[in-house]
Amino acid sequence: MNVTQILFWFLSVLALFSALMVVTSKNPVHSVLWLIVTFFAISGHYILLNAQFLAIVNVIVYAGAIMVLFLFVIMLMNLNKSTEPKKNKWLTLAGGVAGGCLLLVLVAALKNSEIKQQVAQVKEGDIGLIKNLGNELFSTYVVPFEISSILFLSAMVGAVVIGKKE
Amino acid sequence: MHLLIIDSFYIWEKLILVVFIVTLCMLVAMYATYGERKVAAFLQDRIGPNRAGPFGIFQPLADGGKLFFKEEIIPLASSRTLFVIGPMLAMTTALLTSAVIPWGPALHIKNRNVPFQIADINIGILYIFGVVSLGVYGIMIGGWASNNKFSLLAAIRGASQMISYELAMGLALIALLMLTGSLQMSDIVDHQVHGRWGGFLSWHIVRQPLGFLIFFICALAECNRTPFDLAEAENELNFGYHQEYSSMKLGFYLFAEYINMFISGVVMSTLFLGGYDIPFVNEASWHIDPNWLAVIGFCVLLAKAFFFVFVFMWIRWTVPRFRYDQLMNLGWKKLIPLALLNMIVTAVVVLWMRK
Repeated sequence: MNVTQILFWFLSVLALFSALMVVTSKNPVHSVLWLIVTFFAISGHYILLNAQFLAIVNVIVYAGAIMVLFLFVIMLMNLNKSTEPKKNKWLTLAGGVAGGCLLLVLVAALKNSEIKQQVAQVKEGDIGLIKNLGNELFSTYVVPFEISSILFLSAMVGAVVIGKKE
Repeated sequence: MHLLIIDSFYIWEKLILVVFIVTLCMLVAMYATYGERKVAAFLQDRIGPNRAGPFGIFQPLADGGKLFFKEEIIPLASSRTLFVIGPMLAMTTALLTSAVIPWGPALHIKNRNVPFQIADINIGILYIFGVVSLGVYGIMIGGWASNNKFSLLAAIRGASQMISYELAMGLALIALLMLTGSLQMSDIVDHQVHGRWGGFLSWHIVRQPLGFLIFFICALAECNRTPFDLAEAENELNFGYHQEYSSMKLGFYLFAEYINMFISGVVMSTLFLGGYDIPFVNEASWHIDPNWLAVIGFCVLLAKAFFFVFVFMWIRWTVPRFRYDQLMNLGWKKLIPLALLNMIVTAVVVLWMRK
């Protein structure tokens, strides 16, 4: 087992364990913190694939910005066990069944897909470096890129309008 | 895997470099506390600490010793693990940034080029951003885990201030990246050392004065320094997010602030003041040992960083604290539009020059 494999297994176990902890933690703040650990493990996987830009953007955007807002809301709402509403037993069951169905669909969809034959390039992949990624984004994929930026802009305007209610 | 081709020399080289830089940060932070008190004393026409050793230079040791021997209190109502993790995170994120900074020109040891930088990664600036954006967690976790309303409010204040000023900081940097065309820290310094305009005119501060100003203000806010130290406004929030902390855990929070100050001084010197570039001279024509050149460059970088640290202290003891709405107005309604304007003007000029 070489260093890459050791790192891969370590990161995979970390990602799965922290993802499980997100779901099973009683305290919502702990859940958010475990989710941050998950994002770090995924960023580690990106670095193993030499996708440095993606890795760091994952940390900046998800761990650094979105999760901070999550923490904000949860900390200010002060969710304690006493204030948490009692969940219906049937609701839990329904949630479990729905989640299981999603898992089934995902497994069925990915079982025979092409992705299985493609092996990740860990040795010579440099498509994830910022220069190649930027060239690709602003030449081949420029239209989807611009459209998604307009989508973000409209979402921002919408947020301002909602927040500015008289 | 080609990312991980390492020999024993490489490991030792990096290990020594890491230990050296972490020690340096700690030492500088230690004496920054002394410097802060001396500067404050000077500005208020006092003498400042002068009892421990000549000119009071052992004062930081005495302070550290005091913090170590104080009783360590973990409040019963706090969530214990997070209470301990908070100061650890604050310290770690403060130290992490130093990894991508080029501290000097490359050294030559036994016919090998040893870069004076821990990791020269492709995405240096983004890495700094990532670490800065994680700096919020030390404050938030510490403030929340204390289970105290004042701490929580201070933590929320601090965090919202930091994420607000990160935006303007990023926009100011985009203009700089347009000039260099690279996110690698060593490239950015090279660009300034071997600039077309020669001497210190090719430093980015000359071409990006507005960007520098915005970055500087944001750095003040990111370090939670006066006039933006609303997270520890003692007349409104008792003491701030570290109110429940005692002993060395409190010491870590206070210490992390000084490390942040030093590191942000180094980052500003690297990005805008030419890094280890020696002004007014062409050091390549000296024909001296490259190792000595590296040492001189390192000292020059430190001098620039210390200048920034001094300015931070100067501002702290001169300017009163902002009110919270003023802080948010400055960040969102003044700095971000200014940074956007700066970005657009820079983009137009860069395109026009390249035509």
